[in-house]
Amino acid sequence: MATVRLNVNGQNRVVEDVDAQTPLLWVLRDSLGLVGTKYGCGVAQCGACTVHMNGNPVRSCQIPAAAASGAAITTVEGLAKADGTLHVVQQAWMEHDVPQCGYCQAGQMMSASALLAQNPKPTDADIDAAMAGNLCRCGTYHRIRKAIHSAAAKLQKA
Amino acid sequence: MNTVTEARLAAERHVLEILSAAEAQVPASAATFSRRSFLKLTGLAGGGLVLAFWMGDEATAVAAEAAGGAKSFAPNAFLQIAADGTITILSKGPEIGQGIKTAFPMIIAEELDADWSKVKIEQAPINPKVFGRQSAGGSRSIPTSWDQLRQAGAVGRAMLVSAAAAEWKVPATELSTEKSFVIHKASGRKLAYGALASKAAALPVPDAKTVALKDRKDYRIIGTSIAGVDNRKVVTGAPLFGIDQTLPGMLYAVYEKCPATGGKVKEANLDQILKLPGVKQAFIVEGNGRTTEVMPGVAILATTTWGAFNAKRQLRVVWDETNAATDSSNEILEKAQELAKLPQGPGVVRADGDVDKALASATKKVEAFYSYPFVSHSPLEPMNTTAWVKGDTVELWSPTQTPDPALGLIANTLGIPVDNVKINQTRVGGGFGRRLMNDYACEAAQISKQAGGIPVKLQWTREDDMTHDFYRPAGYHAFKGAVDGYGKLTAWANHFITFTVDGKVPANSSNYPADEFPAMLVPNYRVTQSLLQLGTPTGPWRAPRSNGIAFAVQSFLHELSVAAGRDHLEFLIDVMGEPRWLEPRTEFALNTERAIAVIKLAAEKAGWGRKLPEGRGMGLAFHFSHAGHFAEVAEVSVDRAKRLTVHQVTVAGDIGPIINMSGSLAQCEGAVIDGLSTMLGLEITIEAGRVQQLNYDRYPILRQGMHIPKIESHFIQSAYPPTGIGEPSLPPVAPAICNAIFAASGQRVRTLPLVKSGYTLA
Repeated sequence: MATVRLNVNGQNRVVEDVDAQTPLLWVLRDSLGLVGTKYGCGVAQCGACTVHMNGNPVRSCQIPAAAASGAAITTVEGLAKADGTLHVVQQAWMEHDVPQCGYCQAGQMMSASALLAQNPKPTDADIDAAMAGNLCRCGTYHRIRKAIHSAAAKLQKA
Repeated sequence: MNTVTEARLAAERHVLEILSAAEAQVPASAATFSRRSFLKLTGLAGGGLVLAFWMGDEATAVAAEAAGGAKSFAPNAFLQIAADGTITILSKGPEIGQGIKTAFPMIIAEELDADWSKVKIEQAPINPKVFGRQSAGGSRSIPTSWDQLRQAGAVGRAMLVSAAAAEWKVPATELSTEKSFVIHKASGRKLAYGALASKAAALPVPDAKTVALKDRKDYRIIGTSIAGVDNRKVVTGAPLFGIDQTLPGMLYAVYEKCPATGGKVKEANLDQILKLPGVKQAFIVEGNGRTTEVMPGVAILATTTWGAFNAKRQLRVVWDETNAATDSSNEILEKAQELAKLPQGPGVVRADGDVDKALASATKKVEAFYSYPFVSHSPLEPMNTTAWVKGDTVELWSPTQTPDPALGLIANTLGIPVDNVKINQTRVGGGFGRRLMNDYACEAAQISKQAGGIPVKLQWTREDDMTHDFYRPAGYHAFKGAVDGYGKLTAWANHFITFTVDGKVPANSSNYPADEFPAMLVPNYRVTQSLLQLGTPTGPWRAPRSNGIAFAVQSFLHELSVAAGRDHLEFLIDVMGEPRWLEPRTEFALNTERAIAVIKLAAEKAGWGRKLPEGRGMGLAFHFSHAGHFAEVAEVSVDRAKRLTVHQVTVAGDIGPIINMSGSLAQCEGAVIDGLSTMLGLEITIEAGRVQQLNYDRYPILRQGMHIPKIESHFIQSAYPPTGIGEPSLPPVAPAICNAIFAASGQRVRTLPLVKSGYTLA
């Protein structure tokens, strides 16, 4: 058992008495109570557990917590500003009424926000490449695509 | 009969009960309520109006009132208007992604003429004695609640108007309402609902039947697009789902069952498991042998989910498989192909006219064998439930589609009175029919009990979820059909090969409905069935039965139109015949006029008949299920290497008035994606009773970037009472696409999934 130091959503967090191999997903959910990041498959097939590690989208079910030490981790809970202003992606998700069951959407938005941070005006092909790792069992793919385009348009204006 | 089989049969009966309840054909017009039981009025602390309306059955309401007196009579599904104008509406059903938590309150708010921006929605507690049906299934939420919810809103509005009329001393007929205000146009006065609420609460409750309901042309909320009421919580990652629940002192549990249904634990390396980091308890659970409650297995409780998952991987169990399933999908297919050679099966589902005579005298005959595989539900949130047994009571937090029947199952599992079971409904990370079953909730309760009454969150792994499902049964159809010299459909024989547990009746969701299309539309029509023994559990999957039957039936109908040398659109309309309701002549039956209208609309919107380039084609399919009339046209391209592009799917449906346009379009979009995903590459195979697909790597659900087709949906908002949309837009997807593949390439698809015949997405 080990002590893992993480930086999550801009805060330094110390997790004690944890198996250092525990995937980041479960440390976030069980130790830090950040349950917005979801478990779907445990084998990096569904993308429900997507978080940002130094700005890059990663599947937190595959990252041992110890390996995340020292990196800046952002989860869906850290996507909005501290004053509650939603991220442009979250706003677009609401405007386009994207969620059905909603379970995959945290992962979808983390992939989408990472895409827009690196590519503020993605083409459909860019969206395909960036979002292919995120399954939506309800089939909200059209609205996800529309929401990403409209979030990108908002970023252009801003 | 041994005890295992008896328990298994009890489970089978239970699924049937749930399905019958979920799909009960109660027309809205039959749902009448006495004034006495319909509305109760109580004051609200701090001033305001509370309207409680009865949604359970009337007899229970009256009995409850007689037993407890009016004072202790608990208000149930209610509508509350506070002095500050806030309107609170309880939504009684589970939100599984179908949008009911938004649609239900829209109906009440419409008749109340409420300002939607001031409406707050809360999940109702689970108490079927008070609320009646609280399940989400069968696309039945809207049709079974339409009148109740409208009347509730209308009664509230009438009382607010009466209060304003008294205040202003003007006749109520001179008043109108808009956005939570009562308005007296003649004098230019207006009063907010909040200001009138306390005065309205002092008035007698009018008889719901005497209160006029709005004319559709006056709707301001119904039919508009309103985004999901919990969307902000969803996009900010709030703890909404079953998997997000925690309790102080809770342990994280996993449960290992025999990979072949029905196996018992002979021995397990529990001593070794107990030494692993974080593991607090590990024990064998005997179970009661019911697949719908608790099957035998090993529970491991740890301080974290990962600790429990990790221990589960190191768990070694020796199973006693004496009574376990031994199914093999390969053997099943061989047996089905053998049985298909028989002209008919021993069970008669329906027989009209004289099929054999019509076949013998036919101008053209077509024979074909269709098959589709077992599929899993695979909702993205794996099964889970948090449970806390305290003495002879239990409280649960569960993402279930059927919290009401779950109460009895959990009571039976624990051997406690049903009144001692409390379920808290969480948001549900996908249902698709899987969570009509409550096995995971029963397991959680049993594990909490055996652990000594500590709170536990039982978390299934994805592998547990995929290998312990109630699968959409595979199906096999041996068809014979005929057309006469005029190209008219004269005979239809379908030998349906399906599954049984008891050797007598079809297994759950393996039955063939006697009124399934084209029953009653062909003069000589026969469906018979043969039953294959199956040990693996089956169950309802989005649009149960129709999801597979439609592929076979609507593809075969196209084959007959081709044989007749007739255009599919024209042939299909001809099959419908004169405008009429088919039996049982309620809104839950096919109406040929509605059917023809959606078929024509889909064809028109898709540009049916227009010239397409080589290798490109259009396919049409209609299906009626779950009270919805839907026709769809697919436009596809197929090249010589069987690379498929689905360019567009045009959906036309009639489910009466649309409640929430955004939600309804979303359900159509989801159904097309689900239908395409499933027909393309999804298949569960079983060997030695063991499901072979363990995770999404071998169960390739459609992804972004896999040529998701354009989807256009159109509704005929007929004047019939509204019905549900979660299911009926799914069944036509597969046959429309397969008929389009034929149009594009001349290749007939008779087996799903498409990858089995060499198709891939371009």
